[in-house]
Amino acid sequence: MTGPALLSVEDVSVNLPTPRGNLRAVDRVDLSVGAGRTLGIVGESGCGKTMLSRAILQLLPKKAMLSGRVMFDGEDLVRLDRERLRKLRGRSLAVVFQDPMTSLNPVLTIGTQLIETLQEHLELDGVAAKMRSIELLAAVGIPAPEQRLAQYPHQLSGGMRQRVAIAIALSCEPKLLIADEPTTALDVTIQAQILDLLAREQRRRHMAMIIITHDLGVVAGRTDEVAVMYAGRVVERAPTPDLFKKMRMPYTEALLAAIPKIDAKPHTPLPAISGRPPDPTRPLKGCSFSPRCKYAWAQCQIEKPRLEDADSPGHQYACFRPLNTTAGALT
Amino acid sequence: MATLELSVDEAAAVSPVRRTRRLGLLFWIAIGWMTFVFALAAFADLLPLPSPFHMDMLERRAPMSAEHWLGTDGLGRDVLSRLIYGARISLIVGLCAPVIGLTIGGALGILAGYFRGRFETLVVGSMDTLLAFPPLILALAVTAYLGQSLVNLTAILGVLGIPAFMRVARATTLTLARREFVIAAQALGASHARILLRELLPNVFLPLFAFFLLGVAITIVVEGALSFLGLGVPPPISSWGIMIGEGRESLEIAPRLAFIPAVTMFLTVLSFNLVGDTLRALTDPRQGAL
Amino acid sequence: MMPSVPQSVSSDFLLRVKNLVVEYPLGNKTVHAVSDVSLDIARGETLGLVGESGCGKSTLGRAVMQLRRPVSGKVLFDGQDLTTMQGDTLRRMRRRVQLIFQDPIASLNPRRRIGDIIAEPLIISGVKDSKKREQLVHDVLAAVGLDPQLVIGRLPHEFSGGQCQRICIARALVLNPEFIICDEPVSALDVSIRAQILNLLEEMKARYGLTLLFIAHDLAVVKAVSDRVAVMYLGRLCEVGPSEQLFAQPAHPYTALLIEAIPVPDPDVRPAESVAVGEPPSPIAPPSGCRFRTRCPRADQRCSDEVPELREVAPAQFAACHHPLIGAA
Repeated sequence: MTGPALLSVEDVSVNLPTPRGNLRAVDRVDLSVGAGRTLGIVGESGCGKTMLSRAILQLLPKKAMLSGRVMFDGEDLVRLDRERLRKLRGRSLAVVFQDPMTSLNPVLTIGTQLIETLQEHLELDGVAAKMRSIELLAAVGIPAPEQRLAQYPHQLSGGMRQRVAIAIALSCEPKLLIADEPTTALDVTIQAQILDLLAREQRRRHMAMIIITHDLGVVAGRTDEVAVMYAGRVVERAPTPDLFKKMRMPYTEALLAAIPKIDAKPHTPLPAISGRPPDPTRPLKGCSFSPRCKYAWAQCQIEKPRLEDADSPGHQYACFRPLNTTAGALT
Repeated sequence: MATLELSVDEAAAVSPVRRTRRLGLLFWIAIGWMTFVFALAAFADLLPLPSPFHMDMLERRAPMSAEHWLGTDGLGRDVLSRLIYGARISLIVGLCAPVIGLTIGGALGILAGYFRGRFETLVVGSMDTLLAFPPLILALAVTAYLGQSLVNLTAILGVLGIPAFMRVARATTLTLARREFVIAAQALGASHARILLRELLPNVFLPLFAFFLLGVAITIVVEGALSFLGLGVPPPISSWGIMIGEGRESLEIAPRLAFIPAVTMFLTVLSFNLVGDTLRALTDPRQGAL
Repeated sequence: MMPSVPQSVSSDFLLRVKNLVVEYPLGNKTVHAVSDVSLDIARGETLGLVGESGCGKSTLGRAVMQLRRPVSGKVLFDGQDLTTMQGDTLRRMRRRVQLIFQDPIASLNPRRRIGDIIAEPLIISGVKDSKKREQLVHDVLAAVGLDPQLVIGRLPHEFSGGQCQRICIARALVLNPEFIICDEPVSALDVSIRAQILNLLEEMKARYGLTLLFIAHDLAVVKAVSDRVAVMYLGRLCEVGPSEQLFAQPAHPYTALLIEAIPVPDPDVRPAESVAVGEPPSPIAPPSGCRFRTRCPRADQRCSDEVPELREVAPAQFAACHHPLIGAA
C-alpha cells in the first residue's frame, strides 16, 4: 500500500436491536484504503457490507449502536460533530448507491440536484455551477448535457441515472468514493460502461474507492485489494491477485466455485454451497460458516477464528483449516 | 442436495431473543371501554334502569343522586338510562352503516381493481359522482323525502360510505393484482372467481377492516351531528347527538347534560380508532422480516 | 431446403412459436415488445433465452403462456394453437405448461400456508381426494429438498429467498407438467443459493422429463443449463444456436458484446474497454432495419434499410445479421 491509509476502519462493530433479538450486523471489522487505491468488499445479502458502508458514512439508523473508530484523513468520523460531518459528506466523502431511481430525488430536475450540491459545498454562484454541471455530465458520458439539466430522473434510463448519480458524487472532487452495488440493478453491457467510467475517474482524480458488491467478477479486474465478508465479519482480505490465486478461506473458494463460468460446459453440476446464509439474530459460538463448510471440524464449531496473517504481505484470513497450507485443508 | 434446516442451530445462540410488547396498555383500555359500552347497550333491558322515556316534571335537571345516577335532563328523563339506550342507537348506526359500505364498496373496489377497463371506469365514475354530492344535503333530502327513522338513517349513511371503501379496496387490489402470486394463480388455470376469493380477498380484507373501524368512528360522530341538528333519529328515541343538542339549552345551568354524552361519544370514537390502528399495524404479514 | 426456423436436431417439437408479435399501449404510444419471433423447442430440450432488460424475453414467456395475448402469430403446444384457445380449454392446457418467476417471495400469497399454496393447482385441476392431494404435496416438497413436515403449515415470510424458490418449483411440478418456463428464476437470489437452485432445476428436469424455456439476462447462468441458446435484442431474435458453439464462436455482434461484457472472476483477465456505445433504444420507437445498428460497430446503410432475417451461418447456428462475425453473407 502506498502511503498512509486515507480511510481506516478500526475494530468497528454495529449492533441493531430488532423485535427478533439483537442483531450483530458488523462484527469487529478492520479495513483500510489509501488514496488512488480501490478496495472491493464482497459478500452476499446479510453479510453486513451495507451496514458497514453506512457505518463509515455515519448514516446508521438511530437505534444502531456503533463501536470502534473510523479514521478518515486523520479525523475520527465517529466522534465528529454533525456540522463537520455534513461538510465532509458530499465533499470529501461521496457515495453512489445501488438504485439511482431512489437515490435521486424524483421531483427535482437533474440540474437542480447537481447545482445544489455544487453551491452547497463549493460555494459557486449560479452560472459557474451550471457550467460545471454541464462539464460533469459530459465527463460521465451523458450525451447532450445541456438538455439533460432540465430533465427529471424518470425521463432517463437506468444507466443514465446512475451516471448522473456518479456525476453528483464526483462533483466536489471527493477523496473517497464509496460505490454500494453500483451496477447490480443495471444490464451487463451498461455495467461494463459504468465500471469503466468509475475506474477512469478514479485514475484521473487519484481518488480512493470502495466497491461493495456480491459479484466476484466485478472486483476481479478492477480492485487492488478485496475483503470478503460473511456474517458481519471480514473472513479474508488480500491483494486481488492473491485472493483469487492463493485463497485460504473455504468460503472464498466455495463462492468462486459456485459462480457459473462462461467457459464451462453446459449441464455440468455446479459445486453449490449447501445450507443457507446465517441468521444474524442467532449468531453461532463458533465460525459462522462452519455449518456449510466442507472442511469444518470440531474446533470450528466451538471457537471463532481470528484474522491472522498469511505468508504473503497484506493477506489475512480467519480460518482454522485454511486451504493450501499444512495446517489446514489441502485442495 | 441440502435439506431444509429449520430447527435452531445446536451451537447455541449468544444473545437471547427478546420480543417487544406489541399490544400496549392503551389498546387494552380501548378494548375494555368498547366491551363495556357494547355490553351495556346490549343488556340495557336487563339492567335496573328507569325508562328513558319517562318524564318526571318535578325532577327536571336534577343533580346526580342515588335514584338518578347521572341526574335528569331538561324534561325529567334519567340521563344514565338515556345514555345507555343512546349507546344502542349510536352503535347500531355506527356498525350497520359501515357494513353496507364495506360489503358493497369493498366488492365494487376489488372487482374494479382486478378487471380494470371499462368496468373500472364505470365504477370509479359513479363513485366520484356520489362523492360530489354534499353528504349533509343528501342526508337531509333523503330524510325529508322518506321520513326520519333509524332504518333510513342507517341506509343513507351506509350509501354515503360506499365510495370511500371502494377506493381503499381498489387501491389495495391494484397493487396486489400485479404481483406475481396472482399471475402465478392465473398461470395455474385458476378461474377469476377463485383468484378473487382465494388470492385477493384474504389480502385485501385486513386493510379494509382497519378502515371499517375508522368508518365506525366517523359514522358515530356523523350520526351524532345529524341528531344534534334534529335530522337523525326522531324523538323520543334518545341518541348521544340528541342529548348533546338538548343539553345545549341548559349549558349555563347544568353543563353536564351536554358534556356527559359528548365525553362518552369521544371515548367510544377514540377507542375504535385506537383498535383500528393497532390491528392494521399488527396484521402486516411482513412482521417477521428484518 | 434451408429451414427458415432454427431447429434442433430432434424433430419432435413440443413448442413451436411462429411469427409472434406482442405489443401493448403505453399512453398514446405502442411498445413493440416482441416483433416477429419464431422458435422451436424440442421435447426434453432446454432452450435458454437471453437478453438485457427491455428486450422482450419476459414478455415472450408470458405470451407463450397466453398471460398476455399476442397481437398476431401462433403458439403451437404439442400441435395445438394456444392463441386460439379460451376459457376452460386454455385452463386445461395450462396444467401442462407452468411458470416460475423471478421474485420467489412475491410469487407466493403472503396469507396462505405453504401446504395450501402447493395444493392449489391440484384443487383447480380437480383432484378431489384430500388424502391424495396431501400425498402429492408431500412428495413434491421432498423432491425439491424441503422437509414437508416443517414447511406445510408455515407462511411464506418465514422462509428465505432460496427456500421460497424451491416452494415455487414444487408448486410448478405438482401437476407433473411437460413444459416449464423459468423467467429469471435465480436473478433475485444470492450467489451461493443460485447454484443450489440451478442444480435443483437440472435434477427436476431429469426426474420429471421436462422441457424448459430458461429466460435470464446472465449468460453464464443460461449457458450452464441450456442445450441451445437464443439471444434477443429489442424484441427480435439476434442469434440462436447450440450453447457451447454459440459462446465459443458468436456470429452476431450483440452476442459478442454480451460475452465480452461479462465480468470474469479472474484477476488476470483485464476487462476489455466496451466496444459498443450508448444505451439500448426504446422499444416504443425501435430503429429501422436491424435494431442493433445504433450500437453496432459494423453497421452500414444496408443495416438501416433492411431487416436481417435469421440465416444459418454455421451448423445449427443462426444469426440475423447482414455482417455476421462468422459465415459471412
